[in-house]
Parts: sequence; C-alpha cells; structure tokens
Amino acid sequence: MNIDDVLKIFIAESQELLQQMEDALLQIEQNPQDPDLINAIFRAAHTIKGSAGLFGLDTIVSFTHVAESVLDRIRSGELAFDDVLAALFLKVCDHLNGLVSHIAAGLSLDDLDTAAQEQGMSLVASLSQYFAFPLIAPSTADETDAVVAREPGEAPSEHWHLSLRFGPDVLRNGMDPLAFLRYLNTFGRIVHIVTLTEHVPAAADMDPETNYLGFELAFETTASKETIEGAFEFVREDSLIRILPPDSKTVDYIQLINELPEEDLRLGEMLVRCGTLTQAELDDALRKQAEPESPSEPIGQILINEQAVQPPVINAALQKQKQVKESRSAEGNLIRVDANKLDQLINLIGELIIAGAGTQLIAQQSGMAELVESTGVLSRLVEEVRDSALTLRMVQIGTTFNRFQRVVRDVSKEIGKDIVLEITGGETELDKTVVEKIGDPLTHLVRNSMDHGIEPAAVRLERGKPVQGTVRLNAYHESSSIVIEVSDDGGGLNRDRILRKAIERGLVNDGQNLTDKEIFNLIFEPGFSTADQVSSLSGRGVGMDVVKKNITALRGSVELDSVEGVGTTTRIRLPLTLAIIDGFLIGVGKASYVVPLDMVEECIELTSDQSSAARQSRSDYLDLRGDALPFVRLRELFAIDDEPPRRENVVVVNYAGNRAGLVVDQLMGEFQTVIKPLGKIFDNNRALGGFTILGSGSVALILSVPGMISAIAQRQPALSSAAIPTLS
Amino acid sequence: MSEAVAQSCHRVALDGPLTIYTAADSKPKLLEPLQAGQEVEFDLAGVDEFDSAGLQLLILAKREAARLDCRLSLCNHSPAVVELLELSGLASFFGDPLLIQPHSA
Repeated sequence: MNIDDVLKIFIAESQELLQQMEDALLQIEQNPQDPDLINAIFRAAHTIKGSAGLFGLDTIVSFTHVAESVLDRIRSGELAFDDVLAALFLKVCDHLNGLVSHIAAGLSLDDLDTAAQEQGMSLVASLSQYFAFPLIAPSTADETDAVVAREPGEAPSEHWHLSLRFGPDVLRNGMDPLAFLRYLNTFGRIVHIVTLTEHVPAAADMDPETNYLGFELAFETTASKETIEGAFEFVREDSLIRILPPDSKTVDYIQLINELPEEDLRLGEMLVRCGTLTQAELDDALRKQAEPESPSEPIGQILINEQAVQPPVINAALQKQKQVKESRSAEGNLIRVDANKLDQLINLIGELIIAGAGTQLIAQQSGMAELVESTGVLSRLVEEVRDSALTLRMVQIGTTFNRFQRVVRDVSKEIGKDIVLEITGGETELDKTVVEKIGDPLTHLVRNSMDHGIEPAAVRLERGKPVQGTVRLNAYHESSSIVIEVSDDGGGLNRDRILRKAIERGLVNDGQNLTDKEIFNLIFEPGFSTADQVSSLSGRGVGMDVVKKNITALRGSVELDSVEGVGTTTRIRLPLTLAIIDGFLIGVGKASYVVPLDMVEECIELTSDQSSAARQSRSDYLDLRGDALPFVRLRELFAIDDEPPRRENVVVVNYAGNRAGLVVDQLMGEFQTVIKPLGKIFDNNRALGGFTILGSGSVALILSVPGMISAIAQRQPALSSAAIPTLS
Repeated sequence: MSEAVAQSCHRVALDGPLTIYTAADSKPKLLEPLQAGQEVEFDLAGVDEFDSAGLQLLILAKREAARLDCRLSLCNHSPAVVELLELSGLASFFGDPLLIQPHSA
C-alpha cells in the first residue's frame, strides 16, 4: 500500500470524525451530560490523535493531546460541558479541520502560516485553563487508585512495562513499528528500551519487507492505560501487545513471560535490563513459575484476584473492545468507492440502454417472436441494473442538513437572535452530485431566513410569538422530484414593498395584475433586494438570483410562499437523478421528443375539429373536464412545416401542481432515456432539457416540462370561457 | 550507490532512502559488499530517510558480517539514522561511534 493512499484515508477519516465531533458538540449544548455524546467527542479526538501519530504529524498529535486531556476530565466527571467549553471545542474542531485540510492540500505542517499557528497556541492556552494543575503534573489519580499500593518485596517498578511484538505485515501495511515508539514519546518517555533482533532470520530467508522486530520497554507516562493501548489500536489485531501498569504484581510478570514467544530466561533478562524487575525478583519469579499453579482462571480474574486492577477497569476495557468490534463490523458492510468509478459505471449503463434500445428495435423489425421475447427480458434486466446503479449514487440529505446546525448556531450568535434549527426528512435520498451542489443555495436561503425572516426578539414578543425563532429544513419526495423546504416563522414578505420595488426597478409594469405568489417570486430576479439595511450576511441584492440560477442548472426550480407576520417557506424542487430517466416518447412529423414519464399525467385525443376550433378562436386553452388547460403545439413551437395529421394527441403534463398540454402527432410510449447535455448555445432555451439517442440512432430532444410550463404561464392570459372548445 | 576501495577497507556510501519502499532493492546492495573484504564500512551520510525496514537490514548486515568474519562498521550516520538508533536503543548493538545530537538530552 502506498503511503499517499493511506494518508488519503487518514484525511477522509479525520474529516468524517471531525464532522461527527462537531455534530456531537452542537447536540451537547442541549444535553451537556449525555455520556454517549461525550464519548463520541472523546473518541473522535482520540482516533485522530492516534492516526496522526502514525504519520508523524506531531503538530496534530500534540494539539489533540491537549484537547483530549480536557475531554478525559469531562468524561471522568471532573469537568462539565457548558456553553463556553462547547464553543471552545468547536474552535478546536475548526482548527483541526484547518490542519487536516492543510495536509490534504499536500503541504507540510511545518510551513503552517503564523495565523494558524497562533490560533493553535491560543487554543492550547485556553484549553490548559481547564487543567486543575499543569500538564506535566501526574494526572493519574485514577490509575494509582486502581492499583493497590505495592507491598514490600513486590516488583519495584515505577514504570509501565510494554512488550511489543509487531506482526510480520505491519511494514507492508504502511506502518512503521518505530513510529509507534515515536508516538509513545509524545505523551510519555521511554525510559529504557530493548529492541529484539533475534527474530531476523538468516540472510537467505530474510524478506526485507517483513517485520521481524519486537520491543520491550519501560515507559514513563501520566496517561491512562487506554491511551497507551489506543496507540496500538491499528496493529492490535496481528501484533502481540502487552501493557503492564506500574507496580504490577510479580505474578503478572510471570504471566507476561509465559505469554511472550521468546525464551523465558532471555525475557527475564530483558525485564531486568528495562529496570522492571531486579535480578532477585526475577529469580524468585522464575522459581514461582516452575511451581504448579491453578492456571484455569482467566487472566482478567487473576488480575482481579491479585488486586492488580479493579473490576471497573476490566469492564471498561471489555466495553471498549466490544465497541471497536462493533464499529469494525459496521465498517465491514461499507466500501469506499471512488465517485469517478461510479460515474463511469453510470455512463456505461447509459450506453447499454442505448444499445439495448437498438437491439430491441431490430428484434421488432425482424418479427421473430423469440428474439422479441428475449430482448424484452434483457431490457427488463437492464432497467433493473440501471435502477440499482442509480441508487448507488443516492445519499441521504440528512448529512447536508446537519451541517446547518453549525451555520444556524454561529449566525444566530453573530446577529444576536435566538434561533433554533429544526430538521425533518433527513432520510430523504437524492443524487450525490445534487447534494454537493445544493449546499451553497441552501446556505444562502438559511442565512436569508435568519437575517431577514426572523424578527428581533422585541418585535417577536410584540407579535405574540415565542422569543426563540425557528428555521426549518424539510425534505420529501414528490413524484420524480425531491422537494427541499427552508421555512421560518419570521415576519414574512411584505407584498406591497416587493411590488413597489419591482415597479421601481422596472421589473413589472404598474398596472400589471399579479398574484401574491408571482410577486413573492420576483425576489429571485437579478438585482432585487428588499432589505432596507444591508447586513454582513445578505441584502446586497446578489443572492436570490444566484440561488435560482444554481438550482435551474440542476434542472430544478425554486418557489416561495409567504404570509406576512407568520413566516416564509422557500421550496426547492430537484430531479432525483441527473443521468437516466424513464421517458415518454412522442413524435411530431419526423422528429421525436422525450418528456419525463413521471410528469405525464394523461394523454387525450385532439380531433381536427377541436384543433381548428381552438385555432379559430385564437386561444390556446382546452376544456379538460371543466378545467382550463393551456396547451402548446409542438409543431409550431419547433417550426415543423409539414401538414398535421388528421388526429393529433394532447399529452397532459404536470409539474409542481401546474398542468399544461403538449399537442403532438404520435404517442410512441415509454422509453428509457439517457440524458445527454446540450451545448452551451442552447443554454437560453428553457424548453429543452437535453437530448438522447434513440435505438434507431437518431436524436430526440428532451423537453423540459418546468421550462415549458413557465413559458406557457407567461403568455398573457386572454381567457374567456366562450373561447374554450369543448372536449368530448 | 558508489563504491571506493581504500586499502583493505571497503567503503560503501549508501545514498537515498533506506525504507520499506526501497528495502527489497537495498537488501542485496547491503549484503554483497560483505563478501568482498574483511573490513567494510557503510557511509550513512546520504541516507535521508530511514525506518524499521532499513533498521532490520542494517541488523541483518551486521549479523551476516559477523558470520562471514567481516568487520562491518557504520559511519557518518545521517540524522534520520541517528534518531532511529537512539529510539530503538540499538546504538550499542552496532557499536559504532555516534555523533551525539544536541537535542538528545
């Protein structure tokens, strides 16, 4: 394994852990005593420190160590989380994030800029205040309590004794045994070390990439046994690691000698050399060992019998092992895959669908029933493959939502409003690319809600609302779209003010008759801001139009509902996937078009009589069971010259509650559509969403229903009931 | 890797990293010179990276030398080598004079 790959994993893992840490920190403000949260924060810090040590990232190790020490005190109940401490740890989180991204950018931590260094130093200083005594002073009260005071004649060790036999594959796995020693030195001191060289075989048998080294060492530290064990977390499985606390009983050393692969005498000698045992005690121990004992008791029991460790310590150790095991098994169910590989897979499936459609066409033309049948089976399977491949890219939006806890917390402090974020529908899934791109627009909307939406506390009290404002994020599926809502219980939009401003800016004419909704949605127009005061966050008139542009680029749409004095809801509607859809193939003249199938509501026939009636009355509306249905003739829209057939069809499409009819010649049925993007030149054409390749090899344009509906809606309504031809 | 023969002492200058990444290539390079003479000296000044795998190879070389009745000594230890020898407590195993680093108190 290449070290760079491992480093990449380290970076990804650290970022994940930091995210978890941040989430836990945000929750802990509500729930300062929750042991699960405290443990989660501690574990994150601990694991980052451990892995950073493996890479020799001393800056991270020493910084995290300070943070971890404070967390340790919190965990043991000596300190409690309060707002100040949580805020401090959020900064710690940020600083670590900064350090990790510094490494991710391929830079060395040695050339960190001074600002970051100072930040680290000031954080360490603030953290240090939480030590009751200076860092160096022994904080091992728990340790010494756990071990019964040494009786005279017992082993005279002041130090921990570590026996390390690293597995043969550690080097190949990208870990350096000596790096572990280096790491030990970051939180303690190796008093004495014996490196075992005798396992290095003769030259002919020696594999230079296999590890043969082992170590016996006396280690002086104030850290807990867990911390020392934690150092070896990544090699524990295939290595033999034995850690004996200071003042262990002689019998423990016997146990140790029994367990280790080397010869007893040689081991004893090493213990003596490490200063763990005296020669006399060694002799005594070896003699005792020769005497028959009752070895049936498990080691934990023996340790407890000998009062070397108290039951809680053992329980804690077992608990920890269990946790590690559980998280391992969960990890076993997940595979990290390069997003590019997934994209490639989806592209291939796209090609497969196109090729499949071609085959099916040939089969139908050949008229061989068997061939048609077998291509039918094939296309069903391809469809299933497509669906499962697309779900691979689906991620829950909850992670993105949770990030806003931090945004809301920070911004509410900054602008001095008490605002809480409520999240629902976090389990709703959508395409990863969409999730990535939706972050910025959402941030803008959330900030907008907080800055302009939620009123100052005094105004809220006056209006009889709770002082604490609420911003809500919600997501749900609706036909083939995902809907993301950002809502607040703030002041709502002032209809008249928006209209006045719009007229001022020449966006609408004075006499124009607009619905409330149309007026509210004016704020998505470029250069529109209703904020009387420009704040640091928003209100400079750039923003909402950018939000809209971003969302339109994802083939989505955005709309806004507001009730003055009650609140505002912004609704973003996005397609579930960006690559492959179920389409409905329609034909006009010789050309084919595709409409996303989920948006097709029904198809009705348009007889030539009806058509000409509509033409004569110059209205583009049909009566669909009593409702006016605006329609558009694709023949005219795309300027297709040939004569319309005697019978035309109307495809009724629905998007976001708006319906429209598309007048076409032919209905050709369902078609799996691989969306290919159109060139830049078509960017301004809102009626087109892309193109696709049919089985015959010809090209079909994909109609963008949202674009068409809004184009139809913008036509000046010239509605009179007399002009509506009746559909029978 | 350059070799220079000075009298009976066979001096080999090791250059570049001596780590897990180069271990497979380095093994023969370390062992071959031992066949050549009764006194071999490895000049470690150019070893800019050094890890456990490199340390193992030096241990192996030292032991092989003893088996072949060849006196192997190490000199001009680079800082990377010194650091690991001190960390592993193996300086005395090789028994070569080592420049004491200013930081190692």
